[in-house]
Amino acid sequence: MVIYGVALLSGCLLAGAFLGDLLGELIGVEANVGGVGIAMLLLILLSDRLRARGRLNPTSQRGIVFWSSIYIPVVVAMAARQNVLSALEGGPAALAAGTLAVAVGFLLVPVISRIGRPRDADPPDPDPGADQ
Amino acid sequence: MTEILDLLQAVLVRHGLVTAFAFVGLVVWISYLVSDRLTRGRVHGSAIAILIGLVLAGVGGVVTQGDRGLADIPVFAGVGLLGGAMIRDLAIVATAFGVDLGEIRKAGAGATVALVIGVLGSFAVGAIVAWLFGYRDPISMTTIGAGAATYIVGPVTGTAIGATSDVVALSIAAGLVKSMLVMTATPFVAHRIGLDDPRSAMVYGGLMGTTSGVAGGLAATDERLVPHGAMTATFYTGLGCLLGPSVVFVTIRALFG
Repeated sequence: MVIYGVALLSGCLLAGAFLGDLLGELIGVEANVGGVGIAMLLLILLSDRLRARGRLNPTSQRGIVFWSSIYIPVVVAMAARQNVLSALEGGPAALAAGTLAVAVGFLLVPVISRIGRPRDADPPDPDPGADQ
Repeated sequence: MTEILDLLQAVLVRHGLVTAFAFVGLVVWISYLVSDRLTRGRVHGSAIAILIGLVLAGVGGVVTQGDRGLADIPVFAGVGLLGGAMIRDLAIVATAFGVDLGEIRKAGAGATVALVIGVLGSFAVGAIVAWLFGYRDPISMTTIGAGAATYIVGPVTGTAIGATSDVVALSIAAGLVKSMLVMTATPFVAHRIGLDDPRSAMVYGGLMGTTSGVAGGLAATDERLVPHGAMTATFYTGLGCLLGPSVVFVTIRALFG
């Protein structure tokens, strides 16, 4: 049933949000500490386990896939509801932050590519049975 | 005639969320058309759609003098619900579905190092820029830093730590600039940065992180590298959402709070 997938996804988000609030409470910051990230981890682990046991059939998975495939439109809606006008004066900051992040990234590609390079150049084939 | 328009408006307002689905669908459709016809696919439709979203938020602000962008216009109130934190987080968490954590181990040390440095480095760069431009409270620095990671990590982090909407808008804009720049500039620098094999593509995906940017940039460079870069980039947003409103925020708060 599609709702099983949606329910699993919702449960993960709720658990993540709760743990994030709890973590914030514990370390004394007024924030949801990593809740969405925790929810993502939970979803990865739980769905992986459930699928391995055959408890999450393709129909149920559709309930999660739908939400994942609609995230760009949701982000568009999110962008459309922000207070852009009062952000305008900060425009150059956004431009600079985005541009510099890309520049630093480009510069680091050759540096980090060297890590692990001495081992064999081609990664070995994925072990059989590890993936479906 | 005005009666018919009133009737139509009443229907749209009454079905706020449904109106938002239809409207955003239209925006996305136009964006992909623009991407195809005007940029020959070089700037991905998703980036154009988000850009149009920001512009529409500005239009909403001018029309209503409100602070919730397009959502302050009654007909588009549903956009506020669709793009609100609740549904947004549901959709973003869903993108983690199908990600195989084992993949990252197979990708090797380089990819993992690239991911961690990519996420933390973007935060650092963004936060420093924010500070230089006068956004000196830890919440704004962290949120704009998160935006320099991706346009998802920005608002997710901003919401989690209580940033104002204008700072969240800046973080989306920063992420959007990054995504568009990665899409368009990659083919021009690929040779110079040694982006020519699966291993360097994985490192590049981990450093850049913006999935649409990485996929677009690699497609324009060498189609065969796309899956390698996309593989590491998949982990980036999740890692950013995990580290941003936790380790990064706490660190920035300790340093600048």
